[in-house]
Amino acid sequence: MKPTQPCADSLQQARLARYSPGSTKASARYLWPLAALMLLLAVNLLLDAGFFQLSFQDGRLYGSLIDILNRSAPVALLAIGMSLVIATGGIDLSVGAVMAIAGSICANLLLQADLPLPLVIAAGLATGIAAGLINGTLVSYLKIQPIVATLLLMVAGRGVAQLINQGQIVTFLRPDFAWLGSGSWLGLPVPVWLVIVMFGLSQLLLRRTALGLFIEAVGCNATASRYLGINDKAIKLFVYAFAGFCAALAGMISAADIQGSDANNAGLWLELDAILAVVIGGAALSGGRFSLLLSVIGVLIIQSLSTTIIVSGLPAKFNLLIKAVVVLLVLLLQSDKFRRQLSSWWPKLRKWRKGGQP
Amino acid sequence: MMSLRYLPLWITAALLCLLFGIGGWQFDGFASLAVVSNLFSDNAFLLIVALGMTLVIISGGIDLSVGAVIALSGVAVSLLISQYQWHPLAAFALILPAAALFGALMGMLIHVYKLQPFIVTLAGMFLARGLATTLSEESIAIDHSFYDAIAEFGFMLPGGGWVGASTMIFIVVLVLVIMLMHYSRFGACVYAIGGNSQSAQLMGVPVASTTIAIYALSSVLAALAGIVFTFYTFSGYALAGVGMELDAIAAVVIGGTLLTGGSGFVIGTVLGVLLMGVIQTYIIFDGSLSSWWTKIVIGLLLFGFIVLQKLLSRRTAITLAAGRAGHG
Amino acid sequence: MTTPSLVLELKQVCKHFPGVKALQNVDLRLFAGEVHALLGENGAGKSTLIKVMTGALAKSSGDIYFNGQQCHFASPAAAQRAGISTVYQEVNLLPNLSVAQNLFLGHEPRRFGLIQHQKMQQQAQQLLLRFKLSIDVSAPLAQYSVAVQQLIAIARGVAMSAKVLVLDEPTASLDSGEVQMLFDVMRQLREQGVAIVFITHFLEQVYQISDRISVLRNGSKVGEYLTADLPRSQLIEAMLGKELQQLTEQHSATNTAKQAEPLLVLQQISVKGSLNDISLTVAKGQAVGLAGLLGSGRTEVCRAVYGVDVLSGGEIQFGGKTLTLQQPADAIKAGIALCPEERKTEGIIGPLSIRENIMLALQARRGWWRYLPVKQQQQLAAFYIDKLQIATPDADKPIEQLSGGNQQKVILARWLAINPQLLILDEPTRGIDIGAHAEIVLLIKSLCQQGMSLLVTSSELEELVAFAGKVVVLRDRQKVAELSGDNMTAQHIMQAIAEG
Repeated sequence: MKPTQPCADSLQQARLARYSPGSTKASARYLWPLAALMLLLAVNLLLDAGFFQLSFQDGRLYGSLIDILNRSAPVALLAIGMSLVIATGGIDLSVGAVMAIAGSICANLLLQADLPLPLVIAAGLATGIAAGLINGTLVSYLKIQPIVATLLLMVAGRGVAQLINQGQIVTFLRPDFAWLGSGSWLGLPVPVWLVIVMFGLSQLLLRRTALGLFIEAVGCNATASRYLGINDKAIKLFVYAFAGFCAALAGMISAADIQGSDANNAGLWLELDAILAVVIGGAALSGGRFSLLLSVIGVLIIQSLSTTIIVSGLPAKFNLLIKAVVVLLVLLLQSDKFRRQLSSWWPKLRKWRKGGQP
Repeated sequence: MMSLRYLPLWITAALLCLLFGIGGWQFDGFASLAVVSNLFSDNAFLLIVALGMTLVIISGGIDLSVGAVIALSGVAVSLLISQYQWHPLAAFALILPAAALFGALMGMLIHVYKLQPFIVTLAGMFLARGLATTLSEESIAIDHSFYDAIAEFGFMLPGGGWVGASTMIFIVVLVLVIMLMHYSRFGACVYAIGGNSQSAQLMGVPVASTTIAIYALSSVLAALAGIVFTFYTFSGYALAGVGMELDAIAAVVIGGTLLTGGSGFVIGTVLGVLLMGVIQTYIIFDGSLSSWWTKIVIGLLLFGFIVLQKLLSRRTAITLAAGRAGHG
Repeated sequence: MTTPSLVLELKQVCKHFPGVKALQNVDLRLFAGEVHALLGENGAGKSTLIKVMTGALAKSSGDIYFNGQQCHFASPAAAQRAGISTVYQEVNLLPNLSVAQNLFLGHEPRRFGLIQHQKMQQQAQQLLLRFKLSIDVSAPLAQYSVAVQQLIAIARGVAMSAKVLVLDEPTASLDSGEVQMLFDVMRQLREQGVAIVFITHFLEQVYQISDRISVLRNGSKVGEYLTADLPRSQLIEAMLGKELQQLTEQHSATNTAKQAEPLLVLQQISVKGSLNDISLTVAKGQAVGLAGLLGSGRTEVCRAVYGVDVLSGGEIQFGGKTLTLQQPADAIKAGIALCPEERKTEGIIGPLSIRENIMLALQARRGWWRYLPVKQQQQLAAFYIDKLQIATPDADKPIEQLSGGNQQKVILARWLAINPQLLILDEPTRGIDIGAHAEIVLLIKSLCQQGMSLLVTSSELEELVAFAGKVVVLRDRQKVAELSGDNMTAQHIMQAIAEG
């Protein structure tokens, strides 16, 4: 298929829509991210023949693919929350700090040996929701720009986590909690299960009810949504609380994985990865349609990319550089103007190639 | 009404004086020229970066790449000096234009392809940090007579203060940026774009070249800050300046500049950085307060200033509505 | 007076947007020292023509001659440099900058490259004195009323020493005193040989100030006339054309003098800064028209009844009960719906499909947890696409790709799906092409006949007379007249608007 086709500007889209049935349009959104992921995996297979090999030991699967899934888990959780925030036209810079806070709360509660596990988990999740509610209130009721409102918690949150930990790395010995980060169930690591469950529940919550549609409506046009009776403020409050919940879950996985809470480094810069994943998944930062699946694919692309770099034998220091180039390409492909330039270059390029051949 | 615009500025200045006064009253040696001059020399690089950030934010944008550009310019400079035996001045002469090009490219992506500054400069941050780590993952020490001379360059103030090269560079940059923003057509264009870029375009403002110049300038100032940072540390390190963009943004907001763009003062940013510096100094002098209180206090300060700005803009809106009513 | 010299000439200018021919072969001649009125209904192409002329939009074809030489303006800045200044309909200045900075942006007085703020402020003060404005020019523009901002925008255009000054509806937000002040300045400029393009909806003003008139309709030029030679009736005929006149001539006598019980009663409602003590009644099954100029309070009444603006005084009674409205959702719950004037920013949700745009209000009323099954959504959409004859290949097309008229039909369908007791239509036919215009007028008429209560605002008086059983006239945010029966004619409404 010609690369100019899916990247048509609205005029071309209108023309396309006339000639093709509606269903193909929706699936075109999935084409590019999926193709990118497949390409990356194929490159990995070329570099390492054993890439797709899975082995089964001690009741769990091992292999590069499982590794990618497992390492993607925290960012995937963040990206699920971030998708909704970005769909409303917002952004949440605080999720990394919220991860740290949730981790530190859980770690300190776990030091009290007699506290039951569900209570600790509930406390961690409640922390995340509370942080999200603060962000949401600032954005929807005080009408502060999302980038600023969440910057507050991004700056102060890490300080709060350090305060809770009294500046130490708080470690704990609780196998039941550690299981959340490093255990396995039915062959798959527990973090992967948590992502699957969270993804499934979110999908149910958003697509089996009208909530997802309301979020998209508010993101496309908040005024018009209010005019037709949607409570846009409550919707915004909800998405930030939801993002906080996801961040807390991710924070607990990270803490459980290292059996401790490191307020300085837990979730550091992961908010940027999550935002990137959502953007790579094709979402516009200005708000509108969202797809949780595409965001998760975005996360897998980012993670496979790092794995590819390691597998290819390139030093890990190229990681950031390659990530930057990929991000720039994705951004350009999303820009209407670049697509138009591309589609005007394409015929010239073909002509030139044909002319070049005798 | 007129003074309302300057209110955040006055509050920052008052807080600065207040905290300085409390520190001076509580601890010996707090209210001394030595502390003041250290405040400038320790924060010179942050001050320089924050000035660039002020420009970007007044134009309604944001630049997340500055921390990484500091690291990149530090690593590149020390590599050129230590490994390739360049003279430092030659290295600076290469790095600063290169930084301008880097910033101009980001500005071009933002303007031409209508991409969001946030995400473009985020990619810029990855690119710069990636380049820095690619150049060298280890810290590179600089050993050059020029650097020794720089370290000794300066003069004593009565009372133990030291005005060094970094402080002087900052003061020169400050004067230039104030002239640029408050006394040149370019500055007027920056404010105009921050107010409403479409209106600015209709009024004949060269939006494209101005946007590109804004990001180029921000990167140049960040690179300069990176150079100043090497004066301070005598080395270049790829992980230097991590999170510096956040400090710079925080200082700009505390200095009374609206993050929505179009309004703010260069001098406010200086006050913002100094306020953050005084908080840090106070916590160090106190000794019993832990370092994380800095982050929490800065977060609370940010919150206070943002709410204040909200209240101020709401008041302007109400006065305007009342004006309309009175008019009709 | 000798024959005036031709300053700017447009020949056979065309402008196409995707799917729309906004301008077709339009000619325009501007003479030095003349005020040239450019007239036409909403959507006739006036704004597009202005934008093409001043470089804000690129023309699709045609030629522009400036001082006899063919030229092409790449941007408003280029046109400005050549001497064509524009004051747009919405004030396009920068509220965050000071008045003086707004006046001199890009032309600041400088010495050694540095802006001389004091000199700039003195010059600004002097410039504004010509407009009899004596204000603090160092204060931010945002502090001043819209009227003052408009005058400052015009002053900016003048300060550019323009050869051509384009004024796009400059009087919409001015009161009569300010209009006279503006006209004085315009006369002054005319003496100095400036060619002025003047766009307005107020015909009085056209006859008061203009020398020459060009009329546009549907993107084509109808004709060029000398103002002195053109009687008002002919001008109106040129602007409206035949189709709409015939349509609106079928005066509906169906809903006059129905003695039904009141549905909506407004008792002296006020909104701070936009409405003063307005009372009106809409009976069950009655259509009430709201007439008045832009800024008279007609849109503000709609917003207040819909809960967008919160009342500062008075009471809204609906179906016998007092309503306290905090947000539109409260109004919808009570059975009130609104098709807003700003269709693009307040009506449609652009990227969502037609189906979703139709079902959203119904869904919002059901609550988020009771999702309307997709099959029912499709049935709903298909039903209304068929009933309202919405022109679209399928219901899953994003609504932003439809024409204005079809978008308006989708919004109507959205409300019909929840069957409100009162439907408020704020300028339902604004910016809609002639064909769809007639359809929507008929649609509203049929809603009326089916017994839905309507509150309609429109700046097209004939259209209002065609729908309404009663017309309430607003002026300066107050009610000035209520007309019904034989009194309810476009002439009488016009009189009421003019005289108050």
